[in-house]
Amino acid sequence: MKQHDIVIIGGGPAGLSAAAAARKAGVQDILILERDGVLGGILNQCIHNGFGLHTFKEELTGPEYASRYIDMVEEEKIPYKLNTIVVDINKNREVTYINKEEGLVTIQAGAVILAMGCRERPRGALNTPGYRPAGIYSAGTAQRLMNIEGYCVGKEVVILGSGDIGLIMARRMTLEGAKVKVVAELMPYSGGLKRNIVQCLDDYGIPLKLSHTIINIEGKERLTGITLAEVDANRNPIPGTEEHYSCDTLLLSVGLIPENELSKGAGVSMNRITSGPNVDDCLETEVEGIYACGNVLHVHDLVDFVSQEAALAGENAAAYVKEGKAGKKSHKVALSAENGVRYTVPQVLNVDTMKDTVTVRFRVADVYKDRYIAVYYDDKLISRKKKKVLAPGEMEQVVLKKSSFEGYPEIKQIKICTEVE
Amino acid sequence: METRNLICIGCPLGCPVTVTMDGDDINVTGNTCPRGADYAKKEVLSPTRIVTSSIRVKDGEIARVSVKTKSDIPKSKIFEVMKEIQAVQVDAPVALGQVLIKDCAGTGVEIIATKTVERV
Repeated sequence: MKQHDIVIIGGGPAGLSAAAAARKAGVQDILILERDGVLGGILNQCIHNGFGLHTFKEELTGPEYASRYIDMVEEEKIPYKLNTIVVDINKNREVTYINKEEGLVTIQAGAVILAMGCRERPRGALNTPGYRPAGIYSAGTAQRLMNIEGYCVGKEVVILGSGDIGLIMARRMTLEGAKVKVVAELMPYSGGLKRNIVQCLDDYGIPLKLSHTIINIEGKERLTGITLAEVDANRNPIPGTEEHYSCDTLLLSVGLIPENELSKGAGVSMNRITSGPNVDDCLETEVEGIYACGNVLHVHDLVDFVSQEAALAGENAAAYVKEGKAGKKSHKVALSAENGVRYTVPQVLNVDTMKDTVTVRFRVADVYKDRYIAVYYDDKLISRKKKKVLAPGEMEQVVLKKSSFEGYPEIKQIKICTEVE
Repeated sequence: METRNLICIGCPLGCPVTVTMDGDDINVTGNTCPRGADYAKKEVLSPTRIVTSSIRVKDGEIARVSVKTKSDIPKSKIFEVMKEIQAVQVDAPVALGQVLIKDCAGTGVEIIATKTVERV
């Protein structure tokens, strides 16, 4: 069996950044496995701008952002295999992949970095009644068809869900001459970034209807129309609020799901809220030597944070293959997300071995105004920061300092929560 | 005195900013960085946008090359710029950064490729 120090599953933004960081940390033998025919992942179809403000201090389009990292990987001559799909990873870090040249191959990895990204929630997950005509796409599928394959996806469009890809596609289709009639969102708040609502909807006068959903889909061959209704606090349609829209295209932007079939196969423990693996501050899963980063770990809003997170996974995987874990004692402390904080990543902190600072990322459960984000070590308040606005669509973070744990040798739990006063 | 509430789009934070205009005197509050103040002033005086789209490619490995306006253009010119972008077809290969339209819709702004498309 062939061996590699670090095998990275996925050649998108997470995989590329992890590879570059692992090489920088001194690991020569790295292999990236990518199922598409090109590196860069979903960035290749995200042709809009707004990427890289944090990382490169300039506003890049998706393909430009990807090319920066692809260039790093090419310059460092980090090997990668394209059109190669990984079919299995086990807890001994044996990775099995298939491609046309080699067939079915199993390799042994010193460390594995999971960087498979996420996929879109499909219509089947929504239980929307009505026919199943052509013309219903997930927003990302429409984005690929339009931006890479060059198809005109539709002329009269309704978008269900106000996730970022749906908002971006509302503008994109408008610019290409389609009429986007409405964006309907089930929740009373948008799931997308504020700036996308400004730039993609407000700029073009596209209405956003919050607390609305689709209750019927019409058309036997091609979509001919949908019925929209307002929903009550329990998300049930309110009789009498039905509105009919004629349309030939329906885009669904109703959430992203980390793609973790391989992780589950490797025996990695999964988090119910993030749908990604549970990890510690090194981004190591509960299976030794298997790390996770990017959208496979939890869905991000900004690729810049994916790159940062993935670089951390790359560094830690490099340290693991070079130094191992032998003899390192570890005081593991669980992070607990409470009172309006839905989850944290990481879920566990190694207080003895943590870096000087650890960034904890999380999302809140609802839109909150003028709340505090508080950090407790057991019952002791450690920090409190006021936030004017907190929204589920925008990831938040707190930074924990190693020095702050001095004086808490027996700490059992780190609690992150929101507080009203 | 006139007040406008905007959301800064300078970066993904999306700060809610308030612009108060009193004649030539423009005051911005709510921004967390200088870019926010610049954005808000520009947005009330002469709003501009970067336009991103794609252009048809002949003999390319993919059917379309992604493009953008090299700098921002007046918001009112977006659809004129799009009309010119849609009318163009280029031959592969196309290199990242290559100028595909020199002066788009009289804005004086170039349209450049944002990815490389090899010839097949």
